[in-house]
Amino acid sequence: MNAIRDFLLPPAKSTLAEQHDTLFWFVHGSSLILTIGLIAVLIYFIYKYRRKSEDEVTPLITHNSALEVTWSVIPLILVLIVFGWGYQVFMNQQIVPDDAYEVKVTAQKWIWQFQYENGAQSTGKLHVPADRPVKLIMSSKDVIHSFFVPDYRLKQDVVPGRYTEMWFNAPEPGESIIFCTEYCGDGHSDMLGEVIVHEQDEFENWLAENAGGGSQPEDLAPEEWGEQLAQEWACTTCHSTDGSQMTGPTWQGKFGSEQTFEDGSTVTVDENYLRESILEPNAKIVEGYPAVMNTYQGQLNDDQINAIIEYIKTLK
Amino acid sequence: MADHSSSTTHSRFFQHHFVDADQQFETAKMGMWIFLVTEILMFGGLFAAYIVFRLWYPDLFTQASTQLNTFWGGVNTVVLIGSSLTVAMAIKSAQLNQKKNIAINLGITLALAAVFMVIKYFEWTHKFELGIFPGQFYDFGGIEHEKANVFFSLYYLMTGLHGIHVLIGMGLMGWLLWRSLKNHFDSEYYTPIEITGLYWHLVDIIWIFLFPLFYLIE
Amino acid sequence: MDTAESSSTSKKIQVQRFKPDDNPDKHYLNEETGLWAWLTTVDHKKIGVMFLSAVTFFFFIGGIMALLVRTELWTPAKTFIEANTYNQLFTLHGAIMVFLFLVPAVPAALGNFILPLQLGAKDVAFPKLNLLSFYLYLTGAFVAIFAILNGGIDTGWTFYTPYSSTTGGAVTTMVFGVFIIGFSSILTGVNFITTIHKLRAPGLTWDKLSLFSWSLYATSIIQILATPVLAITLALIGMERILGIGIFDPAMGGDPVLFQHFFWFYSHPAVYIMIVPGFGVVSEVISTFSRKHIFGYWAIALSSLAIAFISFLVWGHHMFVSGQASLASMVFSFLTFLVGIPTGIKMFNWTATLYKGSIDIKSPLLYIFGFFFLFLVGGLTGIVLASIALDVHLHDTYYVVAHFHFVMVGGMVMALLAGVHYWWPKITGRMYNEVMAKIACGIIFVGFNVTFLPQFVMGSQGMPRRYFNYIEQFQPFHQVSTIGSYILGLGFLMVFYYLVKSLFTGKKATANPWGSRALEWQINTRPPLHNFHHIPVIINGPYDYHKPMEEFQLGLAESTGDGHGQQSDIKVTSDGKEINAE
Repeated sequence: MNAIRDFLLPPAKSTLAEQHDTLFWFVHGSSLILTIGLIAVLIYFIYKYRRKSEDEVTPLITHNSALEVTWSVIPLILVLIVFGWGYQVFMNQQIVPDDAYEVKVTAQKWIWQFQYENGAQSTGKLHVPADRPVKLIMSSKDVIHSFFVPDYRLKQDVVPGRYTEMWFNAPEPGESIIFCTEYCGDGHSDMLGEVIVHEQDEFENWLAENAGGGSQPEDLAPEEWGEQLAQEWACTTCHSTDGSQMTGPTWQGKFGSEQTFEDGSTVTVDENYLRESILEPNAKIVEGYPAVMNTYQGQLNDDQINAIIEYIKTLK
Repeated sequence: MADHSSSTTHSRFFQHHFVDADQQFETAKMGMWIFLVTEILMFGGLFAAYIVFRLWYPDLFTQASTQLNTFWGGVNTVVLIGSSLTVAMAIKSAQLNQKKNIAINLGITLALAAVFMVIKYFEWTHKFELGIFPGQFYDFGGIEHEKANVFFSLYYLMTGLHGIHVLIGMGLMGWLLWRSLKNHFDSEYYTPIEITGLYWHLVDIIWIFLFPLFYLIE
Repeated sequence: MDTAESSSTSKKIQVQRFKPDDNPDKHYLNEETGLWAWLTTVDHKKIGVMFLSAVTFFFFIGGIMALLVRTELWTPAKTFIEANTYNQLFTLHGAIMVFLFLVPAVPAALGNFILPLQLGAKDVAFPKLNLLSFYLYLTGAFVAIFAILNGGIDTGWTFYTPYSSTTGGAVTTMVFGVFIIGFSSILTGVNFITTIHKLRAPGLTWDKLSLFSWSLYATSIIQILATPVLAITLALIGMERILGIGIFDPAMGGDPVLFQHFFWFYSHPAVYIMIVPGFGVVSEVISTFSRKHIFGYWAIALSSLAIAFISFLVWGHHMFVSGQASLASMVFSFLTFLVGIPTGIKMFNWTATLYKGSIDIKSPLLYIFGFFFLFLVGGLTGIVLASIALDVHLHDTYYVVAHFHFVMVGGMVMALLAGVHYWWPKITGRMYNEVMAKIACGIIFVGFNVTFLPQFVMGSQGMPRRYFNYIEQFQPFHQVSTIGSYILGLGFLMVFYYLVKSLFTGKKATANPWGSRALEWQINTRPPLHNFHHIPVIINGPYDYHKPMEEFQLGLAESTGDGHGQQSDIKVTSDGKEINAE
């Protein structure tokens, strides 16, 4: 039984996952019984009433009200049970407990960003305390995305121009993957993230360390921090560092090279150009590439931008 | 092949796959009715959008509506209702076998439709001069509402789609007029006039909804 | 030929018996010949054949794209194409299969050919409109292909805003193409409803209407009510891209979720446009090959209408996680469960039809059995997805992809193949290779399950749809699925091969090779240009297998002054014994 469970469903890591799974097994179980039953009857009829001679005459059976009412009403009752049950679990997923810890989620092509109460920020990795309801207040900067954590059995679209919410309670520390499930362009399938569930005190430590947003860790050189930022902010989803072709131009050998733009003008890549490309990506469009990059104005601070530029300089 | 000697099948416009002219007439009429249902659903989508946006921005609709000229809108309403009447009279003339009157009434209908479109043209160009363009081209400072473009986007879309229907109607009326001048219609055969008339009434009715929804918002 | 006098309340009619000609000299294919005659024909049979060729062509185009998509998914990262190419491929696979294949396949291809024959009519109500419908379809298809070649589209076939209004490529051209195809669909719907209402042969009352015609009737209702809304929605996307009207753009005061409401208001009923005609084929084939009166005629006929009606009220079940109100989700979930009931009733009725039948498993019936299992799985997983809490987890995963393909390919394509095999002799006058047909059916069935069963597992494990890269955990499932898709492709190629081959070397078909009682089998194989030399008189229903064959070849020669359908009370005396039309 456990083997079947693990085969079909990911591990249940939120308080609501169990409720979902019970219903999941009930519907699939009853469907399986119905399928086997109906197919068995079908096969039996096919065998029993196979044509034995060419001039067979069949009886006239037009209908049977009792039978027809039965096979209308019984499925109706079954689906009503499933409906009520499903709705109840859904309401549990919808009604957020009052003491939930709030995290603000911003989606954009193709990263997840998280903002915490004390100004701490993270990208790609959502840090939450264990055994406490967490409420996500989500919005998108560009197109519709969808926040999906299979381990929690939860999903919610993230829509531009409005806020959507979801909540969960993960009792145990651990890690779970986040998928984007609303198609959002070339990087859609790379728009992954991770929920990292900490023990309460561990979480508070993490929060305190990151208070106020990004500043350079003491033990890292600027270019090393830049490399880390490029990973975290998913720059590398579109920009390769080894010269291979991706959605955006590669960073390898970029610094100091001659760049040609859509309008035919050229520029030698320096700090100013890189800074502009991060803050106003559509000011100059590199020839042969789509204008799909979003601005990082107000998201990356000057220290972070400088660190990323330092990193790009190292990619010869 | 069955021998149809019945008088109802004499018309040269009788099609072989019908049993008689009555059946052909009824069939054509029903087909047009069903087509009109699809037209209503098509406009229905835009009306649904209208309702949604009006519920969201009630102030906008009251403010923006003042930019529309109720007088000319009213004239257009009268013009279209009049054209519905003349189309009905064309059908009546056909039933009474007054072939000359068919053409006269169709001609008046066509003229009224043209009047409608001319007035529409002046209404639109006047707005363009003010900078009231649809969507992102909207460039008009006279309305104190940041979403003012939405009202006019809907206005242009709905009156535009309606206008396209009027133009198609004019094409059909012109074709009917030409056929009536060639003496194609009489009391035995006037199906095209009948079904085009149905279409024309729908175009009229849609305008009767559009007029208060855009021009007469208090 | 013997003659019998008969009388109704108002007039006497003459009924004669006409045996269909097994090998007619003149038929619809040779009475008018030449390319020009084909291109300008208003004959519903030729238009049906042209539609059948066109949808087959687009089925293969869409199928090739599916195979490319599956091949790319062989490895978790890039296998052989770029992400953007992949996105375009799955978009085009979806758009081509839905708009150019699934929607017109049964109604416009088989329906066009068979419906007037089943009604005893010489043609559809508006033959020219029918031809226009075909050309609109072709025009729309060309515009769509033009869009593919000039920039392509990568929005997914659902065109969700604001992605579709902001992405590059030829989205505007594509939606214009689909807009045109929509009108083709509307005209077919208008034509069929009118035809069924007005052109039924004398005596063909509503309770003698074939279930295939009933299903086309229900389909047409959905077509005329839903398609215009799609048309206006697509026009709005075009306007959004050209003029920036902002109806769906939050930056300009619009709402992207409004688009989803509009889109699914069409596209949910649209899946019933695709599957309901398939139900009609199932009823015909099951009754014919079990040589038995259909069980629960009215239940099957009316459940089609019930599905058509309810299908308009369930669109919100595509939007449980879109942020719509919980109350709305509850109502949509409830109504979605209700739409399952009439579908279930059909399944039970079909099973009951087999009871005490005389079942001959010819290839059309074998395809129907394939349909039966696959559609059952597709339908029951639909129940799973209708449950809101489960849908929150499964929405936009491979589970939905698998569900949709079980219903559309497992259900609709199997029913279409059954229909094509069933009516092939009537359409072409040839028999195909029965053994190969059965083998191909088996290959398709196996290939289909190998392709899509693993997708259920992946989906409930959390694999999202429309992913170019995926996490390594899913690779074995993807690989099995890809292998399955090759088997499936092979099966379809085989069907294509033996059907085309039969045109040249197939055995000549007799007029009624299956011993069916339905009206279309009572005329020549390869029907004459105008279908019926003599206006048929309908006394028996299409499923009256308890009555002898001789009672089914009645034609009316004389006195047709009042030849409308809807004469419900004709009494016909034949062979001195009185037969009452019910």
